[in-house]
Amino acid sequence: MNTILSKQKLSQEVFRMEISAKEIAEARKPGQFIILQMGDEYGERIPLTIADADKERGTITLIFQAVGETTHRLALLEEGDKIANLLGPLGKPTDIEKYGKVVCVGGGIGVAPLFPIVEGMKQAGNEVKVIMGARNKSLLIMEEEMKATADEVIVVTDDGSYGKKALVTEPLKELCETYKPDCVVIIGPPIMMKFAALTTKPFGIKTIVSLNTIMIDGTGMCGGCRVTIGGQTKFVCVDGPEFDGHLVDWDNMLLRLGTYRSKEEEAHHRCHIGLDIKEGEA
Amino acid sequence: MHATREELDAQAKALLKEYDQKNLTARDRAQIPLQDMSTQDPAVRVTNMEEVALGYTENQVRLEAMRCLQCKTKPCIAGCPVAIDIPAFIAEAANGNFAKSVEIIKQSSLLPSICGRVCPQESQCQLHCTVGKMHKDVDKSVSIGRIERFVADYAREHNLETVPEVKAETGKRVAVVGSGPASISAAADLRREGHQVVMFEALHKAGGVLVYGIPEFRLPKKIVEHELNNLKDMGVEIRRNYLVGKTRKISDLMEKDGFDAVFVGSGAGLPKFMNIEGENYVGVFSANEYLTRSNLMKAYKVGSALTPLYDSHKVAVFGGGNVAMDAARTAKRLGAEQVTIVYRRTEVEMPARKEEVAHAKEEGVEFLYLHAPLKILANEKGCVNGIEMIRCELGEPDASGRRRPVEIAGSEKVFEYDTAIIAIGNDSNPLIKATTDGIEVNRRGNFIINEETCETTLKGVYAGGDIVLGAATVILAMGQGRKAAVAMNSYLATL
Repeated sequence: MNTILSKQKLSQEVFRMEISAKEIAEARKPGQFIILQMGDEYGERIPLTIADADKERGTITLIFQAVGETTHRLALLEEGDKIANLLGPLGKPTDIEKYGKVVCVGGGIGVAPLFPIVEGMKQAGNEVKVIMGARNKSLLIMEEEMKATADEVIVVTDDGSYGKKALVTEPLKELCETYKPDCVVIIGPPIMMKFAALTTKPFGIKTIVSLNTIMIDGTGMCGGCRVTIGGQTKFVCVDGPEFDGHLVDWDNMLLRLGTYRSKEEEAHHRCHIGLDIKEGEA
Repeated sequence: MHATREELDAQAKALLKEYDQKNLTARDRAQIPLQDMSTQDPAVRVTNMEEVALGYTENQVRLEAMRCLQCKTKPCIAGCPVAIDIPAFIAEAANGNFAKSVEIIKQSSLLPSICGRVCPQESQCQLHCTVGKMHKDVDKSVSIGRIERFVADYAREHNLETVPEVKAETGKRVAVVGSGPASISAAADLRREGHQVVMFEALHKAGGVLVYGIPEFRLPKKIVEHELNNLKDMGVEIRRNYLVGKTRKISDLMEKDGFDAVFVGSGAGLPKFMNIEGENYVGVFSANEYLTRSNLMKAYKVGSALTPLYDSHKVAVFGGGNVAMDAARTAKRLGAEQVTIVYRRTEVEMPARKEEVAHAKEEGVEFLYLHAPLKILANEKGCVNGIEMIRCELGEPDASGRRRPVEIAGSEKVFEYDTAIIAIGNDSNPLIKATTDGIEVNRRGNFIINEETCETTLKGVYAGGDIVLGAATVILAMGQGRKAAVAMNSYLATL
């Protein structure tokens, strides 16, 4: 169970792992996530979106950035190692249907969970354009896969080290004006999702975002992941992770994400020392 | 005055010498002083997570058991949800036959070391005790729960427990969903009959609310682990990290995976919020989240645990049940300077066990009665810095028979707090209902079952515990698990 079958480093701090998980692979649909725990008494539970799955092989693929202690420890595992606890698939799948013209926007590591949605949207008969952005060239992932699947791929970087020097909102606004998509899907850092959703709002285009909040059990039991959607409280783990980007109370979500920030920064620093990892190397 | 275990034991020993000599009349028995159970000193225990109540000594348990009149009418049994033969196990305890005593309990209840700790005895067996009636004080009833706890601990610690006999394999397979008290008791009774039993737990640790909800200081996790190991020794398979409804649906378990019947004991598991302004600010937690962080994720081990805790100084806990007490007492232990339980009614109406309320008070938890929150306030960072509340008075009784809190207009006031914990109960988790055709629920989301058999509206699927009862108690959940198992065993015999 949960054996790591392959592992690649995609970019600075970003890894891809294919893991045997027969039942999750069978049940999983695009947009869903897993929660993992590394097995020790004091380990935390973290949610990660399922990037891909292979029913025949009985495997799922996770793509993750080593940002906290658990993802750092995960990054240190090698092929043949096992992940002690893996629960899924959790959350509701993406609403994949034929919209007509779809724009998918991915930021940073968010490109990974976006990929199966791009595939699904294509299979459903949509024309799909992809905007993918990263801080710099070395953090850009899955460009080849996206190009092979989508009808058009626009790449931007914050520093201009690759593609156009821009934030994703710039080409998104252009596409809203000229291409006039019927649906926009956005996955990325919360601040990016906030501004991308604000970009599509004046155009009245259906906008789906995938939220990644603080979570413990992932089954609806703790309510730590709650967000305000159109004035109502929803749980990301069971009501989401995808919501109407125009209804999300982004500011409240960003505040809640920061609940433990000072402790997380301490922990991140600690694990670089404790695990003997240099900053930027995982 | 805080009497130590040694002092209490010495007193009991002296009295026992006296009473052992004579033939006791009912009047003599009723005059034996009630035995207090020693606890960790409140000043010390708020700095640790160790169990608060230390249990009786052998002398104490024998003396307390001698207080039982062995009434012919056995009113205590009628008060026990699982009808334990209470006078019989107490008689064995009085004679020092602790292993025999626990065997009698185990004919009716599988988890005496747990129920002895968490059952609300004062509103069940002990409410009906004749000794309490003679003293016109339920608090002077025979301490049935403490005796139960002692004999169960004694048997466990002295390896005197016997693994229940399992009948020859029937070849039938049963899935048990969840691993809390309802599921544990159902699994044991189904396995005894010779069925293959697989228990599915969503979390990475089994035990359900016994592990994620009830704190270590009230129920040591090693006891829960021991009970789960007993199940494994009987041949029950426990699969963790498996969310029935998501990983596999019930229909898949029955149609594809060859399970002949399913017991759903998945618990309440959907925290209620108060639906007031500011409830999603930073520093507002459901009791489930607060307790899960500390208990399941061991966040109280600061430095070792990766799951962080919020730095709380002034904590308000809303609710008056055992979960509210657990959350408040946990907050104290995690370093909050001021912890207040805010309840809309008064102490008399509070549903928590008396002992938990008393322990909370001893530990410095404050109580603010007749207050209801209106609005949670926050600073510019969205962190809670106050709660606006309104005073209430008690009006006419409501459907529950308790007097309804009525808000007093104009009495609004802002209180300074940095943390709010909401412990006003749970609704049923909708996951299984949402993914299983044919299961019907009531308007509160609880599964509708046949009262006699615990069968749901879907053939072969039974349910018990909080998923049926709403947030109830461990013993009621256990009772339903056993009831369901009886019906399931007969059902499986017809296949």
